[in-house]
Amino acid sequence: MSFSIILDNWKLYLEGVILTLQLVPLSLLFGFTLALPLSVLRVSKNKVLNLPVYWFTYFFRGTPLLVQMFLFYYGLSQFSFIRDTFLWGFFKDPYKVALLSFSLNTAAYTTEIFRGAIERLPIGQIEAAKACGMSRWTMLKRIIFPIALRNSIPAYGNEVIFMLHGSSIAGLITLVDITGAARIVYARYFAPAEAFITAAILYLILTFTIVWLFRLLEKRFLSYLKI
Amino acid sequence: MKKNLMSLLLSFMVFTGLVSTSIAGSKKSAEKLRIGVEGAYPPFSEVDKDGNMKGFDIDISYALCKEMGTECELVKQDWDGMIPALNAKKYDAIVASMSITAEREKKVAFTKKYYATPAKFVRKKGSGIEINSASLKGKTVGIQRGTIHDKYLTAVYGNDVTIKRYGKQDEAYLDMKAGRIDLLMADSLALSDGFLKKEGGDAYEFVGPDLTDQKYLGKGIGIAIRKADTALVEKFNKAIDSIRSNGTYDTIRKKYFEFDIYGK
Repeated sequence: MSFSIILDNWKLYLEGVILTLQLVPLSLLFGFTLALPLSVLRVSKNKVLNLPVYWFTYFFRGTPLLVQMFLFYYGLSQFSFIRDTFLWGFFKDPYKVALLSFSLNTAAYTTEIFRGAIERLPIGQIEAAKACGMSRWTMLKRIIFPIALRNSIPAYGNEVIFMLHGSSIAGLITLVDITGAARIVYARYFAPAEAFITAAILYLILTFTIVWLFRLLEKRFLSYLKI
Repeated sequence: MKKNLMSLLLSFMVFTGLVSTSIAGSKKSAEKLRIGVEGAYPPFSEVDKDGNMKGFDIDISYALCKEMGTECELVKQDWDGMIPALNAKKYDAIVASMSITAEREKKVAFTKKYYATPAKFVRKKGSGIEINSASLKGKTVGIQRGTIHDKYLTAVYGNDVTIKRYGKQDEAYLDMKAGRIDLLMADSLALSDGFLKKEGGDAYEFVGPDLTDQKYLGKGIGIAIRKADTALVEKFNKAIDSIRSNGTYDTIRKKYFEFDIYGK
């Protein structure tokens, strides 16, 4: 074991950390924003609203993230209606393709997390809101989302960690994220232990930071549940 | 009750392959020589539609084994893990178009070369890209990660070009056809037979000189063997000499290439 090669390549790993720290939060942001309206449609009793969202989450939760990313990256570039139109400007760039597939994937999981939380809302609170004469929109804004989102915090924390670890496949479409940096060092120096231990440590640090952040969030928003 | 539990455990072990591989493994390692190949580097090493391995490296492996009088078993391994897997005894030799370089010689021993061909760039016809710093500025070049070409490009043009590193040469070809990269750089034979002569390859062409700089590009292609197995290196060297002299090498070579790729 010689960790001097890691020190020689710290810039590569730094590049990797920066890319992971862009890709994951951005995907989570897009996914979260998309999941808010989708979860409302998902709990709707109207099939026209409910079914498309059901299919969307069914597909993106039913297939591996890697397959989705390869479909967007290698799969779509096979078709000339993508390659010869303005769409290519988007799909040409591996970063945007990774961002798109990660966002849609986390949107699907987050939608289902929110759906569960909305469906678990105590019926009395909805009835009370209706009795007060709240419109649907007001009810969503004041009653449903505030309670459902709070209750989603622990489950969503897991989703954030899954997304961080899932992002390690970005290296397979030539991006240099943390794992991508480790692969380069591994291939260049034939030192798998050093290369991947370093990557593992970086992921551990990020994961514990996320865990800590969510503990703060839970303390702030869910303290009323503590006995 | 206990019997049921045992049989359940046993069937689980059979199912997961624990039992079967350990029995087969102990037999195999005694008599067979295991050779690590890549299977994603046409025309040297590829998997055909039926899942069989074929290519120059594969034929040479079998010819060498026949010459040495041992039975061989091919083990497919991704490029990144080639050398680590050799040292972890997943197989005993690498026949995967691996160039003999100083870095690799720190980790493994090499036989003498079994072929040597120059490296080259490939561009799209009509793109007008030339191989000099000025023309390469801002261009994207696709190479296979951890190869001599990666090393050469990083060292010589690293400040001019954006380098996209692929796990397999095949993936670089896909992205070249998709238009995500401007240039390919790789072994000239691999490029001509694996890309230019294949379907859709006629829209691309070689550009720039034959690249042979030994500092980066090594001393030809050899067979890698664990450092401790010095006897095996000698056996392979002898076998390479005999297939060169008895015509087997040429017969195989003619199947794939028009000229002698052994080099000087």
